[in-house]
Amino acid sequence: MDPQDRRYTKEHEWILVEGDRARVGITDYAQKQLGDVVFVELPAVGRKLNAHEVFGTVESVKAVSELFAPLAGEVVEVNSLLPNAPEKLNQDPYGAAWMLVLKMADAAQVQALMDAAAYAAYVQSESK
Amino acid sequence: MEQGPPGAARKTPLNALHREAGAKMVLFGGWDMPVEYAGLISEHLAVRQAAGLFDVSHMGQLEVTGDGALAFLQRVTSNDVAKIGDGQCQYTALLLPNGAPVDDVVLYRFGPARFLLVVNAGNIEKDFDWLRAQSPAGGCQLANRSDEFALLALQGPRAQEILQALTALPLEGVKYYHFAQGQVAGVDAVVSRTGYTGEDGFEITIAPAAAPAAWTALLEQGRDKGLVPAGLGARDTLRLEARMCLYGNDIDETTTLVEAGLGWIVSLEEHKGDFPGRAVLEAQKAAGPPRRLVGFEVMGRGIARHGYPVQIGERVIGAVTSGTYAPFLKKNIGLCYLPAAKAAVGTEFAVDIRGQRVPARVVPTPFYKRAK
Repeated sequence: MDPQDRRYTKEHEWILVEGDRARVGITDYAQKQLGDVVFVELPAVGRKLNAHEVFGTVESVKAVSELFAPLAGEVVEVNSLLPNAPEKLNQDPYGAAWMLVLKMADAAQVQALMDAAAYAAYVQSESK
Repeated sequence: MEQGPPGAARKTPLNALHREAGAKMVLFGGWDMPVEYAGLISEHLAVRQAAGLFDVSHMGQLEVTGDGALAFLQRVTSNDVAKIGDGQCQYTALLLPNGAPVDDVVLYRFGPARFLLVVNAGNIEKDFDWLRAQSPAGGCQLANRSDEFALLALQGPRAQEILQALTALPLEGVKYYHFAQGQVAGVDAVVSRTGYTGEDGFEITIAPAAAPAAWTALLEQGRDKGLVPAGLGARDTLRLEARMCLYGNDIDETTTLVEAGLGWIVSLEEHKGDFPGRAVLEAQKAAGPPRRLVGFEVMGRGIARHGYPVQIGERVIGAVTSGTYAPFLKKNIGLCYLPAAKAAVGTEFAVDIRGQRVPARVVPTPFYKRAK
């Protein structure tokens, strides 16, 4: 089961709300679909993102996947360890492999995202 | 192998075992095949450092028999069939008049009147139809026996040690591109020292019904020696590190063998006689081909993948034919065709990686060569 303390997108990202900020990463399902991750590209601190805007790329040996901003906001932190240790995405997608922290433009946008139960149902319907 | 209802994916006799093992399955050339088990990188490294076992039962087997078999094969393949004796294999190609391959194949000689061509899965019907269209003369029969064989590839530096524990065949005596017939894990098998990984190893041809037991016996035998099941994902990255061509990517009906760097499987011996494409290949061997398949390393960030545009200056001059992250070399590598005048080692060009021009450089190949 995916962690209950966060919200999820249809692009298989998770969001953990920390006050007016949101920590963002990709789900366990996403890393399994990708396979061994070998390349991660993240945006610079200070970049302002619209919801659904592409903010980076994850590549495994076999596949490329774009990363979409789950909500609007400004990038206030990025996980600078990740580009040099992309395998962390396979090992610890909900912990050490967080990607960035957004200062949310509108915290209400979080409510539109799926909770863990809804996400589990979504994954099940998608993998059929 | 087994043919399901029309439109359904074909399955090898090991399909259920792959699914039980939790393999990630993909559709490959109409076949439901394992792309990875525990993970592509760990499987790739296991083959380089210990051993990996691949199910390649999707490959096809076309048999050529009869007193006219040798003459027929000389007439339709690129290599000199007279060079191999009984119990030997040969890498060769079926050719079009333009010097490009219908397919690249491994030829097994069982006797002067019995040969077997092991062909790419996606080309089985095409090759068989094409061979029939070359009107084999009297005294030569063709048979598509692809459904009668499973094929396992045991590859890696510990392959011989693992296989030897399951067979009385003296494997030390089976030299590179030779084969022997005997029992493996109690069933009749053809064991050849061949492969598609750049490592030492064997390919084991057996009856489909015997395949699950042989697969399981090999994995059990090799477990404490580092043997793992390996999928098509690792097979592709291993062959690319060893700069082996993939039909449909690096070679096809528009690329000549000389352009692809496969001039070494083109025989111009007089006794071989004429074959499709001979004139083109002879001319390209003499004067050099207009373009060459080169190996490159990406110098910037990102993986150059199949189909990404290749540029010299502002001009797009081709596309990446194969490209990957190379798990053993830990570099981003690939193959592409460059004009012969710009194909020298050290030449710099660019690959368009999703809109970004990333510098790349021609490097010597194979990218990886095992220590002998």
